[in-house]
Amino acid sequence: MSDVVEKTLTALPSLLSLDSQPGSGKLSSTSKLGNLIRGITELTSKHEEEKLIQRELSSIKEQVASPNTSMRQMKELMVRAIYCEMLGYEASFSYIHAIKLAQQGTVLEKRVGYLAVSLFLNESHELLLLLVNTVLKDLQSTNLIEVCMALTVVSQMFPKDMIPAILPLVEEKLTHPKEIIRRKAVLALYKFYLIAPNQVQHIHNKFRKALCDKDPGVMTASLHIYLQMIKENPEGYKDLTASFVTILKQVVGGKLPMDFNYHSVPAPWLQIQLLRILSLLGKDDQSTSEMMYEVLDESLRRAEMNHNITYAILYECVKSIYTIHPKAELLEKAAKCIGNFVLSPKINLKYLGLKALTYVVQQDANLALQHQLTIIECLDHSDLVIKRETLELLFRITNAQNVTVIVEKMLEFLRLSKDDYTTIDLVGKVAELAEKYAPDNEWFIETMNTVFSLGGDMMQPDIPNSFLRLLSEGFDSTEEDRQLRLFAVDSYVSLLQGEPGRLPQRFLQVISWVLGEYSHLREGLEPATTLRLLAKLLDMKHTSSETKSWVLLAMSKLCEGPDCVSLAQELSERHGGSLDTVLRQRVQELRHLSEDAELRASVLPRDAAQEPLEVDSSLSFLDGFVSEALSAGAAPYKPPHQRQEELAQAKALSLEPYGLSLPISMSSCSLADRQSPTLLSMSSGLSGNSTDLSHKGGSTTLKLDGVKRVWGKDGYLAQKEPVEESAQVEVPSPLCSPSRQGGADSTHSQTPTPTPTPEPEKEKQQLASSLFVGLGSQSSVCLMGKSEQTPQRFRRKAKGQGSSSGASEQISNSHYSTQSTVDNLLCNNLLDSTVTSDLAVSTPEQTPQLSQEVATTNGTCDAEQDLIEETDPGNSPSLIRANSTVTADPPAHKDPDRPKDSCLSSHLPAELAGLSHSEIIPLCSSQNLDLSACHVQKEDALLLVIFIENSSDSDIEQMLLQTESDELEVSCVTDSPVEAVRSLSVSVYQYSLMVKRPAAHVALAGTASYQLPSGESQVMQFSYRLPLTSFIRPLCVSTEEYGTLWLAFSQDTKQNLALLNDGQDPLTATLDVLKNKLQLHVVDIIGAEGIVACRLLQGQPCLMHCRVHAGSLAVWLRSPVPDLPDCLLYHCQRALQEH
Amino acid sequence: MQFMLLFSRQGKLRLQKWYVPLSDKEKKKITRELVQTVLARKPKMCSFLEWRDLKIVYKRYASLYFCCAIEDQDNELITLEIIHRYVELLDKYFGSVCELDIIFNFEKAYFILDEFLLGGEAQETSKKNVLKAIEQADLLQESEDEYLSVKIFK
Repeated sequence: MSDVVEKTLTALPSLLSLDSQPGSGKLSSTSKLGNLIRGITELTSKHEEEKLIQRELSSIKEQVASPNTSMRQMKELMVRAIYCEMLGYEASFSYIHAIKLAQQGTVLEKRVGYLAVSLFLNESHELLLLLVNTVLKDLQSTNLIEVCMALTVVSQMFPKDMIPAILPLVEEKLTHPKEIIRRKAVLALYKFYLIAPNQVQHIHNKFRKALCDKDPGVMTASLHIYLQMIKENPEGYKDLTASFVTILKQVVGGKLPMDFNYHSVPAPWLQIQLLRILSLLGKDDQSTSEMMYEVLDESLRRAEMNHNITYAILYECVKSIYTIHPKAELLEKAAKCIGNFVLSPKINLKYLGLKALTYVVQQDANLALQHQLTIIECLDHSDLVIKRETLELLFRITNAQNVTVIVEKMLEFLRLSKDDYTTIDLVGKVAELAEKYAPDNEWFIETMNTVFSLGGDMMQPDIPNSFLRLLSEGFDSTEEDRQLRLFAVDSYVSLLQGEPGRLPQRFLQVISWVLGEYSHLREGLEPATTLRLLAKLLDMKHTSSETKSWVLLAMSKLCEGPDCVSLAQELSERHGGSLDTVLRQRVQELRHLSEDAELRASVLPRDAAQEPLEVDSSLSFLDGFVSEALSAGAAPYKPPHQRQEELAQAKALSLEPYGLSLPISMSSCSLADRQSPTLLSMSSGLSGNSTDLSHKGGSTTLKLDGVKRVWGKDGYLAQKEPVEESAQVEVPSPLCSPSRQGGADSTHSQTPTPTPTPEPEKEKQQLASSLFVGLGSQSSVCLMGKSEQTPQRFRRKAKGQGSSSGASEQISNSHYSTQSTVDNLLCNNLLDSTVTSDLAVSTPEQTPQLSQEVATTNGTCDAEQDLIEETDPGNSPSLIRANSTVTADPPAHKDPDRPKDSCLSSHLPAELAGLSHSEIIPLCSSQNLDLSACHVQKEDALLLVIFIENSSDSDIEQMLLQTESDELEVSCVTDSPVEAVRSLSVSVYQYSLMVKRPAAHVALAGTASYQLPSGESQVMQFSYRLPLTSFIRPLCVSTEEYGTLWLAFSQDTKQNLALLNDGQDPLTATLDVLKNKLQLHVVDIIGAEGIVACRLLQGQPCLMHCRVHAGSLAVWLRSPVPDLPDCLLYHCQRALQEH
Repeated sequence: MQFMLLFSRQGKLRLQKWYVPLSDKEKKKITRELVQTVLARKPKMCSFLEWRDLKIVYKRYASLYFCCAIEDQDNELITLEIIHRYVELLDKYFGSVCELDIIFNFEKAYFILDEFLLGGEAQETSKKNVLKAIEQADLLQESEDEYLSVKIFK
């Protein structure tokens, strides 16, 4: 009773004083908190607040520690402590009392205790362990509210290791009669699944039960778990698709209780959750996608009310529709939806519209074309968020023609943006675009200058790195290289003459490197001038010591003549005493090199940046030193892993028989004798260096230099171009896809050309034409339009194995395919050529999927085309096809690949018929021709066989196949290349392939040109990709030979591989798999070590040394060829994974 | 959802709920940055922000800002409606809610939030059910408080 009295007394004055304030009538009775809050609001300074809170905290601290404090008072104290923490003051002393309160209080006090715990602690806090017992007790309580509280806290945080302790109790609650308990139990399990998925693996069937719960709330809760599980493994839950579709149908149809309505929309949260699940299930899966078309359509239709919640559903629907296997009808509706979003005056919807556009623009560039004016408006929007999203969209549609305008817009934004995150991201994007699409040298250098100045020292380090590599490696034409470097030098000299103090460190480093390397290219620029400019940098206050060493290195390259010697002397006096050892070293180098021109020429040869550095990684020049040391009694060198192992062995008992251990140590000794520290193997170029690859991709793309600036005065070029281009291939213009025509119409109607437009309007139009130029052609349906971009992609892909650019190629390829699918559906079947040109772009792996798509799209068209086509394409077997007139029909190439394979393989040349060949893959096709290919592995050669199948009833003349590849040497084997392909026959070309430069996958690109009977010539493009493994043959050597070879090779790579564990000896098993899959030769296996050898077709060897170590296989590869070890390693990994 | 913050126009934090484990220092830093960013935005601007690698969805109700952080693939609009539903719940519970109600009864606001969102996911979207759960737990408290207030004013 005493508390009550105390409470009453303290409460009285505050309650009275509050009377005058509005809303005070219902203020809480926890008056001490009220006092505190009021006290704070009356304060004027932060300092006073601090004092007040500290006083408050010490009073709380005193009270919670007192044994006389009742739980009831404790509850009130906890609320105050929470408040203090919220204000940013630490009250960690109260944490333990919060746990105590949850443990000992009555229901009400417990509630506050649990709340305080959940606010004070996080998952990893050690005090949380003390809560486990309380939770256990409460889960078993008969009081429902206590059970609820325990489940609530468990769903928010629980120590991972203690899950097993309470799991059975939580599981039990899944069958509780009260739905609120079941629901919370499901959410608790969801939490467990998130933090420790293994621990709840055994109760997956109970999740299914929860999904079928009669209470919609419980079912909804279970969807959280399903969404997570399906995200991780969509294949495992395909069987549930029908159930999810049914549930969504019922929800959309309003079958749920009214309680679940939100602004008269039935259970929107549930709908969105289901849509997300469905899109994950339907992704890349046609048959599953087909199950959901109807309900998606229904959802789109029902969501018509003008309220945020319906837009939320629509947005999710649109996302699903574009994620799953496409269906034209739905895509059209979704596109309309996106249009409504973009055009909406509500800014939130506009933002989402832009986001959706960004998402779909690669599939359907026309959509961006339709909204070009809106996009332009958004670009100048006062809200930076909108601007930023618009730039993201523009980034996706950038091509060689609009790059300058888009990059300019991005740089404009960068100058405004204050946020580091945005800057880093955008700077990276600008650099990427500049490397990919730069129209000329000047622009490229200037853009990169801006990138370096704006990006400062925050940007990712690979931007300057790849820029420098691009400069040093150059392109095909040396004149072009010279121009670019010269321009860079000029621009940097003038920058240094200005105010170099403002430039970021990274930029200064780039500048010094370029000047050091290339300033000799500029005639009339005295080295002394450059040196003085560089020396100025050393004196600046803000120059970091890292930059200083770059500067000094550049100076070392330049110093020539007596002036320089004295300058070097002076510098060495000034910096010779620097605390930074690197700097001191550099200054010394500079001084010595300036005095000895000969030495300098050999150490820093001019123009040698792109020459691969020959590093003797076996350190053979140290042999004398080593043998001397050994004879003087030094211990032989052991690599770290061996030392560790020996250390471990020294501690444990040796279980190996004595007889065996001797040769092991011998062999490892001889191998380990003269190893290099891996760091030195600089020249093993590929060693997982991704910037290297991406940059090489960039260098090839820069060849696009010749691309003219075609935007500007002409206005909406994008609309004009496709028509022109389609004229080139002589496809009658009505065949243009209606959607694009629609787009053109709508834009024309937006901007009636004849009427004079006001000035700002005109500006916008001009901007539009420069931004969206080239988009139409990219998405256009004609062959010629694409040919310009296709070769570039080939080259990039061929080089970009495993690099990010490679991945993005794949994505864009698949987008193209969908694009064409849509076009195809919309237009006529005659445009089959688009599909086939896409096939040409695709990689062999994608082909099955693509051709499947082709088959379906055509299938749909066929239904509409019954009148023209009398045959049923679905069951025209290829055997009949080969010699009946039916084959002239476009659907010829729709047949599944299988029968075609067997049919074509009969055309294999007799001498190859007995050998095993790869699957015959369609390369590309047109109305008349189908190209397919396979490769045949021979002992001493690898042959590429290309089949040209003429399916038309007229002969094809002047057939010419040309191939090119960066990685392969291709030579024609066929004696007299076929020049004409007779009607309905197959011609075969044979090429012998050799590896020029190893890559994990090697590819070749080619064109087939031919003349139709009408005299019109046609060009088709294709590519073929095959793994390096096809070129690998066993290399039979003895152990001794292996030993000598090993020491001779300099390119090496080390890595750990997984060890197979199927029964017998893991080493032998693993090596057997590699031997069988990759055709390696196992030279010897001794104990825990094995040596393996193989060679490339033309003979370059690669050696592999394997050792079982700590449960994995430590492999060490050596070869005389750069990149070969890395590529082989990649295939070893794959082979073991697939096993 | 990663976290939810409620703060006043003056930048005073009124409620914070974190669904991801973060250190106190990080929490303070994030709060400070976000409050600043959101308060600097003009009323007609977009309710969504890209912030670090997260997406911020915020809305202002009278003098109070409600601010949620979601992941990139989450639906921004539905998050806006989560905020709105929470405000509706508060409104129904307190009877035309104002900032003062939340300041002085913030623990109640937390209880309601915990019934509505659990572990960062919408737990129960039916307004009736959420309030029923809260009322049941409140029942005892109410009777005690009534007893108390009767005492005070007698």
